[in-house]
Amino acid sequence: MWRYFIPVALLFVLAGFFWRGLYMDPGAITSPLIGKPAPAFSLPSVRDPGVLVSSEDLAGEVALVNVWGTWCVECRHEHAFLLEIEKSGVPIYGLNVRDDRASAVDWLERLGDPYVDSAFDEDGKVAIDWGVYGAPETFLIGRDGTILHKHISPLTPTVWREDFLPLIEKECGALPCPRAGEG
Amino acid sequence: MIPEFGQFALVLALTLSLIQAALPLAGAHYGRSDWMALARPAAAGQFVFVTFAFAILAYAFFTDDFSVRFVAANSHSQLPVAYKFTAIWGGHEGSMLFWLLMLALWTFAVAWGSASQPLELSSRVLGVLGIVSAGILSFTLFTSNPFDRLQPAPFDGNDLNPLLQDPGMLMHPPTLYPGYVGMSVPFAFAVAALLSGRMDKEWARWMRPWTVAAWIFLTVGITLGSWWAYYELGWGGWWFWDAVENASFMPWLMATALIHSLAVTERRGIFKSWTVLLAISAFSLSLLGTFLTRSGVLISVHAFASDPARGAFILMLIALFSGGAFVLYAWRARLMVAEGGFKLLSREAFLLSNNILLVVATGAILLGTLYPLFLRNLDLGEISVGRPYFDFVFSMLMLPLAWLLGVGMHAAWKKVPAEALRRRLMWPAAIAVAFGVTLPWLLFGRASVLTMVGVVTGFWVVASALLDPLARLKRGAKGVGLTRGHWGMVLAHLGVGFFIVGATVTTAYNVETDRAVSPGDRWETAGFEIVFRGTRPVEGPNYVADEGEFELYRGGELLTVLHPQRRQYRVQTAPMTEAGIHASMHRDIFVALGDPLGGGAWAVRVRVKPFIRFVWLGTLVMAFGGLLAATDRRYRQRAKAPAAGLVPASSAREA
Repeated sequence: MWRYFIPVALLFVLAGFFWRGLYMDPGAITSPLIGKPAPAFSLPSVRDPGVLVSSEDLAGEVALVNVWGTWCVECRHEHAFLLEIEKSGVPIYGLNVRDDRASAVDWLERLGDPYVDSAFDEDGKVAIDWGVYGAPETFLIGRDGTILHKHISPLTPTVWREDFLPLIEKECGALPCPRAGEG
Repeated sequence: MIPEFGQFALVLALTLSLIQAALPLAGAHYGRSDWMALARPAAAGQFVFVTFAFAILAYAFFTDDFSVRFVAANSHSQLPVAYKFTAIWGGHEGSMLFWLLMLALWTFAVAWGSASQPLELSSRVLGVLGIVSAGILSFTLFTSNPFDRLQPAPFDGNDLNPLLQDPGMLMHPPTLYPGYVGMSVPFAFAVAALLSGRMDKEWARWMRPWTVAAWIFLTVGITLGSWWAYYELGWGGWWFWDAVENASFMPWLMATALIHSLAVTERRGIFKSWTVLLAISAFSLSLLGTFLTRSGVLISVHAFASDPARGAFILMLIALFSGGAFVLYAWRARLMVAEGGFKLLSREAFLLSNNILLVVATGAILLGTLYPLFLRNLDLGEISVGRPYFDFVFSMLMLPLAWLLGVGMHAAWKKVPAEALRRRLMWPAAIAVAFGVTLPWLLFGRASVLTMVGVVTGFWVVASALLDPLARLKRGAKGVGLTRGHWGMVLAHLGVGFFIVGATVTTAYNVETDRAVSPGDRWETAGFEIVFRGTRPVEGPNYVADEGEFELYRGGELLTVLHPQRRQYRVQTAPMTEAGIHASMHRDIFVALGDPLGGGAWAVRVRVKPFIRFVWLGTLVMAFGGLLAATDRRYRQRAKAPAAGLVPASSAREA
């Protein structure tokens, strides 16, 4: 009877997906957005609903956009390293996705705030525009506002050194990067 | 030289596992009892060698042998001794060795406990366990050898991840792993039944206590994991729907379904092929959990060093174990004949709906966990599935399950008149509605409809579970006593009720406040007065910390003094919070230090979480119920019986 074959068929479909998933490096998924202008957005700030954070703020800067949320356990691991990046002079803008404001503010108070500001994307609409797959994800935005690189999963010193720094140096020479108008 | 002995012991264990896999299975097929007799000594030998290898690795940790790569990566000379031990399972290679140790233990226990079973059955069960063992041993030896050396040896180690330096972590894997790995035993029983074509009530009776035992470990392990996340991750949540939490939760749901399905198979001789299917699925999901944590396919807090080669190896093992079992199932399942029927209103029907709901819930969680992976595969774009999906789907499936549970406990086998059920359950239902609606209002002064539904459901399960013991009390000594198995069922379901009440109330009424405070500040939150006395530096063995002092008053009386810490570990410098928690049955007060704000001022988080202890109390009571059920007289007598087949029929009518 054919119905007895359902379990084994399901298993092999699943295994097929895993097999492909295994050889797709999550960090290497190329986003169709790379090389294109970063999608525009305008959202209230996490810390102060009265202040707007928008794509305009990034204009003329080499900056990171880091997707995070307090529900994202890996973001916590990444956090300490984000604070180091901030010290090195690269501005980081946060995109706080599907979170509640109190927990997000609390997170920043408690773990330190590496962000110039964080946009509060309550229903994840901006995250969808940006093709966000999960959190944490980090985008590198060039001075002309194009997305230069996207990294999925926590940033680590190795990833930073090998994938981000060369691109940043190409864009602006030594750190800290001058803004477009200044240098 | 000593670490190489460990590796050598693993090679010997692999050899023995191959013998244990091949000869007893062949012997059972050809009726050669001399081959079958090899199963038990091979299992015992394997246990000895794996334990020896584990002891060698432990020795390397205790003697700070940083020439061993795994020790150097996960330990440090200043690491407290207890954590040097837990560091063994704090990384991928060591945790695989721990996995193996658990498997060897279960195999040994099965070999030892199967003395009264027919040789053919126990040989097949041990043979299948031998195959599993050979697979995992080769995986460990060929892709994840914990005894690999570093040349030259570093002067000191890299230290254990500070998140894992915690008493909860001391206990979490040692309880979770036996549960995970223990699912291999019902799997082996299921495959043995498919091989022999023999699958009857007696088979179900042999398999059931092992299943419950593994389920108990899973239950306690998941509970400890939740508790650990609560105070160590530091934002007061108790379940995150993290991919790896889900990976441990799915086998639990399957095992729960399996226990209930086994009850029907044991009592009534039906649901046989379904039981087999569940047993195979539960173990497959355990393996899937291992795959997900170690392959890098999904990203999670628990992810060990990810490596596609390891992932590919585990995937092949899954294809071999589960694929083989499912093919066998497709070929042999039609041989299983139901020994009876049942009506729409009967205990069987309720247990069937329990199974369907649990399996659908597992499927929904599996889908949510793997959804991003599917979409990525099919190039359909990228999406993340979050907490709202899981919360919604899971509670919508579990509420009906809880309603049915309250009825099903009192339904008779085969057929039960609706009128009898109605008479019996009228009072518990009335009590549940009365308590569930009024209590939230009395205690908290507000309640949403959803909250009331949740609390009513919890009380409904509690009241229904208590019905039998209360009736027993009323009858006094004259009535028929409840068996241990029945008490187990009552307690386990009582635990479900506690859990539902706890989860609902703590979600609905938790109070969260954050503020900046200076020494001497005094403020009020949720009816408590808190005074911040300031912080002082303290020094741990491998960290420095600021320790705050908070006095907690209620109605002017000092309740307790809390000392939350903010730690900075010396080697891996991420700051960690140790929350100060004032725990009581009806409410936790949780104080954690945030960032220093200068001049002695601090950002401080206070959480008041009513009833959160009921979440864990509920699951622990479930586990205790399982313990009672697994040690029921009918399983113990069987162990003492001189020969198979002489199983005394139990007089009770419990599931």
